[in-house]
Amino acid sequence: MSMSNELERLHFEFTGGRPVGPFVPALVGVVGSGNLEVLVEPREDAACTVEVSTSARGFAPIWEAVMEDFRERHPLAGLRVSINDMGATPAVVSLRLDQAVAEIAGPRP
Amino acid sequence: MDTRVTRSWDTRATERARRLSRAQTALGASLDNKRVVAEHATRLLEAVIAPFDRVCLEGNNQKQADFLARSLAAVDAAVVHDLHMVQSVLALPEHLDVFDKGIATRLDFSFSGPQGTRLARLVAQRRIQIGAIHTYLELFGRYFVDLTPHVALVTAHSADRHGNLFTGPNTEDTPVIVEATSFGGGIVVAQVNELVETVPRVDIPGDWVDFVVRAPTPALVEPLFTRDPAQISEIQVLMAMMAIKGIYAEYGVQRLNHGIGFDTAAIELLLPTYGESLGLKGKICKHWALNPHPALIPAIEAGWVESIHSFGSELGMEDYVRARPDVFFTGRDGSLRSNRAFSQAAGHYACDLFIGSTLQVDLAGNSSTATTGRIAGFGGAPNMGADARGRRHGSEAWLKAGREARNGLQGARGTPRGQKLVVQMVETFREHMEPAFVETLDAWELAGQAGLPLPPIMIYGDDVTHVLTEEGIANLLLCRDDGEREQAIRGVAGYTAVGLGRDRKRVAALRERGIIRRPEDLGIDQRDATRNLLAARSIRDLVRASGGLYRPPKRFRNW
Repeated sequence: MSMSNELERLHFEFTGGRPVGPFVPALVGVVGSGNLEVLVEPREDAACTVEVSTSARGFAPIWEAVMEDFRERHPLAGLRVSINDMGATPAVVSLRLDQAVAEIAGPRP
Repeated sequence: MDTRVTRSWDTRATERARRLSRAQTALGASLDNKRVVAEHATRLLEAVIAPFDRVCLEGNNQKQADFLARSLAAVDAAVVHDLHMVQSVLALPEHLDVFDKGIATRLDFSFSGPQGTRLARLVAQRRIQIGAIHTYLELFGRYFVDLTPHVALVTAHSADRHGNLFTGPNTEDTPVIVEATSFGGGIVVAQVNELVETVPRVDIPGDWVDFVVRAPTPALVEPLFTRDPAQISEIQVLMAMMAIKGIYAEYGVQRLNHGIGFDTAAIELLLPTYGESLGLKGKICKHWALNPHPALIPAIEAGWVESIHSFGSELGMEDYVRARPDVFFTGRDGSLRSNRAFSQAAGHYACDLFIGSTLQVDLAGNSSTATTGRIAGFGGAPNMGADARGRRHGSEAWLKAGREARNGLQGARGTPRGQKLVVQMVETFREHMEPAFVETLDAWELAGQAGLPLPPIMIYGDDVTHVLTEEGIANLLLCRDDGEREQAIRGVAGYTAVGLGRDRKRVAALRERGIIRRPEDLGIDQRDATRNLLAARSIRDLVRASGGLYRPPKRFRNW
């Protein structure tokens, strides 16, 4: 992995998901080496967008696969996901995404 | 026909006597019975070591005969040269300096850890001929067959005037080295930290020891098995939950060995919390072949552990071990008696399960820690992580694994027998996004570079029974052909190229059959995998759990 000061930016957009409705924005994780921060905010329209800003350049195909699986697990609409990544592994990325979705879904029964 | 040869039958004894008398001449009045002054150590070695000798320099996983290593590296290469070094571990620069200086040319060993890169360079420059990279038991075995040392340079804590040695908790390899050398007609030189009137206990009888040198500084001992719980990640907690619920509970694993690392430390720290919540106390993890891992303190204190036999010790655990003699093997003096040879034999034959991490796994399940340009060796993992084909004792775990592997087979391959559980536990990506799953192990390239007859595979794929990643568990015992095995491995390889290359339909079918099990298939909710489950979340917590008996070293390797 080539670490550089320049961040790589990636954009994903999914449609056709189930609208989540209004929710309070949620922030999980921290920006630290091998970790990431995920911010989830409501969107007006029926899309689900993910903005990735990562210090680990050159992993776009892996991000794409991770996002595809995320959409499969959580087919949601009406949210904007912003990710600040510092070289987290895909497992940690998926975990944080799941945690963020759990946050906005409210406490577990 | 008379086929008897005409020869003398005591050449080794004669040669030994000749060398002892040469030492007497070289050291003169400064030789006090067996005691040699430190300033004369190199002179002693020049007197008792001959060119082309096999020399065992005690280099262990933890303690090092560092003073004798320096003394050997200082001999005159015109007098002592072309030695064949046989030793467990290459840990110190001096272990390779002897090759740089032409004092030694051949090497048989097990593990080279920190010296792996320099070793690869020296091999490439043809300064070192490697006989083989052994497993510990194999190397020890060869000490009694065709690699018996002519001279052994060992280390102990103290010696009395008869040469009786007290090793303290880090007995490690000393008994096996001295036994082979002494009874094989060789010469044993020991460095000690202290000369005493009476040793606290006799770890090595004095009449097996020829010379004792008090080293100017205490022998180096490194803490290797200390892992700071503060660095255990949620992913490691999740994997530990899967190991406990999906493997330990499933097979009823009573006897086991844990490899070194944060993954296994997480399991140890989850026993008194998560394991307890599953009602597993008393049902799993009762007997261990294991160094005194600080991370196991909470489980011991919670009453999970009945016995632990150790390969070596761990700095800081001395007082804790001394206070728990029901659990650890201890001498009449109260301190730990470790023994690498016996604990390796126990780990190989008497344990139902080995679980450890690795750097690379290929599509056949072969596992390797070799990387290009670095000859690291194996240490104990291949003995622990290999099915003990000679085993007969039928524990529940062993029999169940055997049934899974042999179900439906006929003839010799279907004859009922058990199998050891060998689990490779890896996150799909290591640090810096290095994939743990690869099409081809770096070991193949290394074999080419170093002229090895085989790729240095640490654990052979046909011994690996389970591959555990954050994505789930692949049970290779249930795979019926190479194609299934490959897809089972791809099916837990996450977003690595190997994982992305899976046949999704076949992986789904393997999941149907329980060959692949995801956390949810095991009834594990990822959201429960938090650090709050760890019985200790810091070194300080471990100290507290030990009632203040554990005294962590100031510095420890924490990789």
